[in-house]
Amino acid sequence: MAKYGKDPRAIGALVRDAEVHRDVYIDPEVFELEMEHLFPNSWIYVGHASQLSKAGDFITANIGRQPVVASRHTDGSIHLFYNRCPHKGVKIASEPCGNTGKFFRCPYHAWSFKTDGSLLAIPLKKGYEGTGFTDTQASGGLSRIRNVVVYRDFIFARLSENGVGFEDYFGESLSTIDNMADRSPEGKLAVEAAPIRYMHTCNWKMLVENQTDTCHPMVAHESSAGTAIKVWQREQGESTEKPMAVQLYGPFMSPYEFYEQSGIRIWPNGHGHTGVANSIHSNYSDVEGYLDRMVAAYGEKRAHEILGEVRHNTVYFPNIMVKGAVQILRNFIPIAVDRTLVESWVYRLVGAPDKLYERALMYNRFINAPTSIVGHDDLEMYERAQEGLKSNGNQWVNLRRLYESNEEPDVTAVINGTSERQMRNQFHAWAKFITMDMDQGVEAAE
Amino acid sequence: MISEKTITDFIYREADLLDTMQWQAWLDLFHPEGRYWMPLEWQQQDPVLQPSLMYEDLMLMKVRIERLAGERTFSQKPKSRCHHLLQAPQILVCDPAAGIFRAKTSYIYTETRGDTLERFSGWASHDLVQVGDELKIKLKRIDLVNFDAPFGNIQLFM
Ligand code: FES
Ligand SMILES: [Fe+2]
Repeated sequence: MAKYGKDPRAIGALVRDAEVHRDVYIDPEVFELEMEHLFPNSWIYVGHASQLSKAGDFITANIGRQPVVASRHTDGSIHLFYNRCPHKGVKIASEPCGNTGKFFRCPYHAWSFKTDGSLLAIPLKKGYEGTGFTDTQASGGLSRIRNVVVYRDFIFARLSENGVGFEDYFGESLSTIDNMADRSPEGKLAVEAAPIRYMHTCNWKMLVENQTDTCHPMVAHESSAGTAIKVWQREQGESTEKPMAVQLYGPFMSPYEFYEQSGIRIWPNGHGHTGVANSIHSNYSDVEGYLDRMVAAYGEKRAHEILGEVRHNTVYFPNIMVKGAVQILRNFIPIAVDRTLVESWVYRLVGAPDKLYERALMYNRFINAPTSIVGHDDLEMYERAQEGLKSNGNQWVNLRRLYESNEEPDVTAVINGTSERQMRNQFHAWAKFITMDMDQGVEAAE
Repeated sequence: MISEKTITDFIYREADLLDTMQWQAWLDLFHPEGRYWMPLEWQQQDPVLQPSLMYEDLMLMKVRIERLAGERTFSQKPKSRCHHLLQAPQILVCDPAAGIFRAKTSYIYTETRGDTLERFSGWASHDLVQVGDELKIKLKRIDLVNFDAPFGNIQLFM
C-alpha cells in the first residue's frame, strides 16, 4: 500500500522543524522515492578525474541505484553515460575501472561506441536499413547524462535534466574541496588505489548525519579511542613522542567543550561542516619538508592560510563526506532502505611527502574499514537504531539540540559545534529535493 | 631444533588460542617487533603506502584485545566468537641455521555474533623467528580471497 505516493505534502510532513519521522529511515517506499527523485535531483559524486588519466580510461559508479560509466574521450573531455547497451540492456562496463581503448564494445552482439558514447558500428548494419532504426533512441548510442561538472577534478553529475545548477547547489561549500586540493603543492590530488569498502546494515542517512554528530565520539568511541589512550599511557615508557596511531585515535575522546568551541558551519542546500575554529585533525605532528614545499609553491602567507584551515567533516548533501585535512572522501551509497555501501577513498597530495599519504591511509583503515574498531563502535549504533526505530513507542527522531525557533532554512551560519542544526539543515534539503519534481497537482486530484 | 613439525604445531596452536579466546597467550606468540597485516590488494607488497585492512603492531593489537573486554564496548554485547579451519600448512622455508621459518596455510574462518555468522576464505602466511628455543611471529599476513569485497564488521583476528 502506497502511503506516500507522489504527494509532496505527505512527504514534506515527515520532516518537522526539529524532528523527523522514522519512515525516512525504515520505509521501503520512502527509499524508492529517494532513488526516483532525491538522487536524480541532487548533484552526486561520481569519481575523480585522476582515475581517468588517459584516453579510453573509464570508471563505473552508481548514482543512487543507477549504474553509470564515466570515460575519458580522445579529445580529453570526460563523458558520463548510463551503463547499459542501447540494444538489449547489457552493461557495457563490468569492472570498477579500466581502459577500453578507442571504443566500448558490447560483449553480447558487438555494437560499439566511441568514448563519447556515440554509436560507432553495428555488425550486419544492413539488417537495420529501412527498419526505422534511425528514429529509435538506440541509434543515438549510449544514453548520455548531460549535467556533468568536473570541479578541481571531482566529477559530479545530476541525472535530472532540470534542476538547480552546480554552482548554486554547492555554493561556498566547495571551499572544502578547494582546501583539500590546495594542500598539494601542485594543487592536485590523485587516486592511487581502490577505496576501503564497508557494508552497513542501516539506512544511508544515519551515516551522513553521524558525520556532524559531535556528541557521540566521547561516548560511543570510549571503547576504541579511550582504550587506545589507556594502553598508550601504560606502555609508553620513556617515549614522549606520540605515535601516529595515538595521534589519530586520541582526539576522538575530546570533551564536549572542545566540540562546542570548534563550531559547525552550515550552508544552503544541506551542506555543512564541523571543525570551524579547530578540529580533531589540528594537532598532528608536522611532516618534515612539507611546509617548505608549500611555502615554495604558494608563498608564506597563503601556505599558512591553507594549512590553518583544518576542517573536520564536510557533508556534501546528499551522500558524501570530505575530510580536507586528511584527504579522505566517504561515499555513502544507498543499496536498500536498510543497507548502505560505504566506500572510503584516499587522495594522494601530488608533490607532498609520502608521510602524508601514509597518514591518510592509516586514518582510513583505523576509522573507515570493516576491521576498524572505531567503525565497529559506529556500526553498532546504526544497527541498533535501524532495529530500534521499528518500535511503535515513538514515531519521531529528535533533532532538537540547540534548536532556535527562528532558524532560517538555506542560510550560511556558524554555530555552536554541538548543535544538531546541520542534521536539520540536511532534512530541510531532503524535503526540498525529494519533492522538487513531484507533481504539484496531486491536491487537485484528491 | 626447530623442525617442520614444530612450525606446523605452532600454527595449529596459534589458531586454537584465537578460537579459545586466550588473547594474552596469543599475543605472547608475537616477537616484540611483530606485525599483523591484512592487505587490500592482490599480492600486495607495501603495507605502508598501499591501503590495507589492518597493519598493526603489538600496541594496536593490545588495544583491540582490551577493547573486546571493555565495559562500554557495545559492539561486543553480545560477544563475538571465531573458528579457524586450517589446511595443513605448506612449509616454505625451514632454515634453523639462518633462523628463518616461513609457512603458508589455507583456511576458512568463521566469525559469529548473536544470530549472525560470516565466513571468510584465504591464506595465512607466517614469518617466524627463533627466540631462545621458541618460535615467535615476525609477521602474520592474512590474504582474503575476496579482499576487495565490502564486508560487515570483522572484530576478531583471522
Ligand atoms: S546487447 Fe549490446 S550489442 Fe546486443
Ligand atoms: Fe563515530
